Amino acid sequence: MLRILIIEDDAEAAAYLAKGLSELGHVADRAADGEAGLEQAMSGPYDVLIVDRMLPKRDGLSVISTLRASGNHTPVLILSALGQVDDRVKGLKAGGDDYLPKPYAFTELQARVEALARRPKASGEVETTYQVGDLVLDRLAHSCRRGEVEIPLQPREFRLLEYLMQHAGQVVTRTMLLENVWEYHFDPQTNVIDVHISRLRSKIDKDFDKPLLQTIRGAGYTIREPAR
Amino acid sequence: MNRLARIYRTTAFKLSLLYLAVFTALSAFLLIYISQNTNQLMLAQVTQTLDAEITGLPEEYARGGVRALVAAIDSRARRPDASLYLLTDFAGNAIAGNITQMPRLFIEEGDGGVQRVQYYRLNAEGEEVKREALIRTFDLRGGYRLLVGRDLGERRHFVGILEEARRVWIGAVVIMAVITWFFVNRRIMKRIDEISATSKTIMEGDLSRRLPIQGTADEFDRLAVNLNDMLERIELLMRGMKDVTDNIAHDLKTPLTRLRGRVETALREAKSEEAYREALEATLGDSENLIRVFDALLRIARIEAMTPEAGMDEINISEIAAEIGELYDPVIEDEGGSLTVDAGTGLVARGNRDLISQVLVNLIENAMKYGRGEDGSIVIEIKAEQAGDRIILGVCDHGQGIPADDRDRVRDRFVRLEESRTAPGYGLGLSLVQAVARLHGGELALRDAQPGLKACIDLPIGKTSKE
Repeated sequence: MLRILIIEDDAEAAAYLAKGLSELGHVADRAADGEAGLEQAMSGPYDVLIVDRMLPKRDGLSVISTLRASGNHTPVLILSALGQVDDRVKGLKAGGDDYLPKPYAFTELQARVEALARRPKASGEVETTYQVGDLVLDRLAHSCRRGEVEIPLQPREFRLLEYLMQHAGQVVTRTMLLENVWEYHFDPQTNVIDVHISRLRSKIDKDFDKPLLQTIRGAGYTIREPAR
Repeated sequence: MNRLARIYRTTAFKLSLLYLAVFTALSAFLLIYISQNTNQLMLAQVTQTLDAEITGLPEEYARGGVRALVAAIDSRARRPDASLYLLTDFAGNAIAGNITQMPRLFIEEGDGGVQRVQYYRLNAEGEEVKREALIRTFDLRGGYRLLVGRDLGERRHFVGILEEARRVWIGAVVIMAVITWFFVNRRIMKRIDEISATSKTIMEGDLSRRLPIQGTADEFDRLAVNLNDMLERIELLMRGMKDVTDNIAHDLKTPLTRLRGRVETALREAKSEEAYREALEATLGDSENLIRVFDALLRIARIEAMTPEAGMDEINISEIAAEIGELYDPVIEDEGGSLTVDAGTGLVARGNRDLISQVLVNLIENAMKYGRGEDGSIVIEIKAEQAGDRIILGVCDHGQGIPADDRDRVRDRFVRLEESRTAPGYGLGLSLVQAVARLHGGELALRDAQPGLKACIDLPIGKTSKE
């Protein structure tokens, strides 16, 4: 369960968001303008803030930079109707952690919020190995093993698997993969990501009885140990 | 009054006023300088004349006594334009000369240098006229005293002329300034009024009007040319915007109508939850496509409005080409095609990485959709090479290419050639490529690759390019 604060002036959009998030078992609070949002974000412990870029009374970016200046490092997802290359950069510069252009699919937002909440804290030590079931990824040695079998990976495949395993158990969308593994901020029409996933899948799952890399229909992918 | 105030506010008037002030000040300075110098020069001249007059007189006295001196003075005083002379005895009585009285002050002082005194002289009408003179006095042996002087009337006269000249001069300057200002102002005002009048009609909506150019290549012509260029660009942008609006009206309204129809049909006819779900899912798909088109349109508009240099860096084109190649290689391989990258190793351009990556993606996706060979095979090559100070980056396919007549048209938004109508897409891919190329100061070039199409953009070379 995550405690989430939604700072959004469009009441209907905020209600839809809050409803969707609470159906997933999260607690979602709402603030309708920048001032109220900033106050609420300062006072309560939240796991993730969802901040609209354009807000009455105080601009979304100003809310974020004020929070950051006061030492509050709660992960922030910026929502923006602008959704263009330079706006994204501005949002991240102001202290946002992720950026989602409107209109968005709820599954995309959900995946991103959950990824943000699970982000390794800046202070904590970085994990050097990831493990899901019998699949082990050694980030220092740049090696991948499943049980006793060594799996050779291309550099990009390694980064793809690394990102998936970092978010093990969570849904990761195609756009998230494109942004984080390839660092492209546009959507190709062809589903290139699917092809890369299927290649990776053939390497890590094909010769083993329990598939770990799963497709979540209409959302993306996840890597996890299948339930018995 | 209003007209006067308007004239007063014009730059031409203020400039004329300033010029007038500066010019007058300069002239005044010049005149004063001249008169002062002349004054000094004339004084020096008078003093010199005085000295010359004096030489000889004491010698005359030494040689022939008072009698000889008196004779000399008398003969000199009778000459026209004579200097002033006076010889007195020990009691101060005038013995010879053309003035009657020695100024008291100078008797006491005896010999000194040249001094300036005022005196009165009878003019032709017998009136006393105040005059000024330079004089010098000497004590001679035997109590005699000699005064030699020079009237300064001449100098006076000259100063008068200078003063007169000053008055006439300043008057002339003012009159000339007013006349010049009148003509200059009329000319400038006329041009400016023309420009404002034309701008007004343009502002009222007639964007096709242009400012008049006289062909004199003066600053007004230059201004008019620049303003016309600006109008050209504005008109182009406006037309672009109108095209986009028309396109949106057509190409977005169609899917919206379809979407609406689907929802209405579902509401009217659907009987089961299954049918509703199906309709809703189809609607969601439609809306997603609409969002994609919107995003693409906004992105193109945004790129077109971007200033060059925004978000531009030194980027390694060879690496970008290799990365995109790596991203697409598996996709094309799965389709049974081949993708090769021939982009050198150290080609560095000045550009926006994200946009250039997207250009490559769009070109590759176009090549996959429309560039299949006759047997349906996909052969794509990403090429980058340096040509002078530009880097040419492009994608070649082995398809049918684009007929030469259509090569310009396909860059426009929503244009799709008949043959490609069946493939998915919105006709925005090349518009974006074109916009990115222009942002980088280049163009999208579509060439015949025999067989196939070669689509290239050119980018400015970076400072650190190795090849």
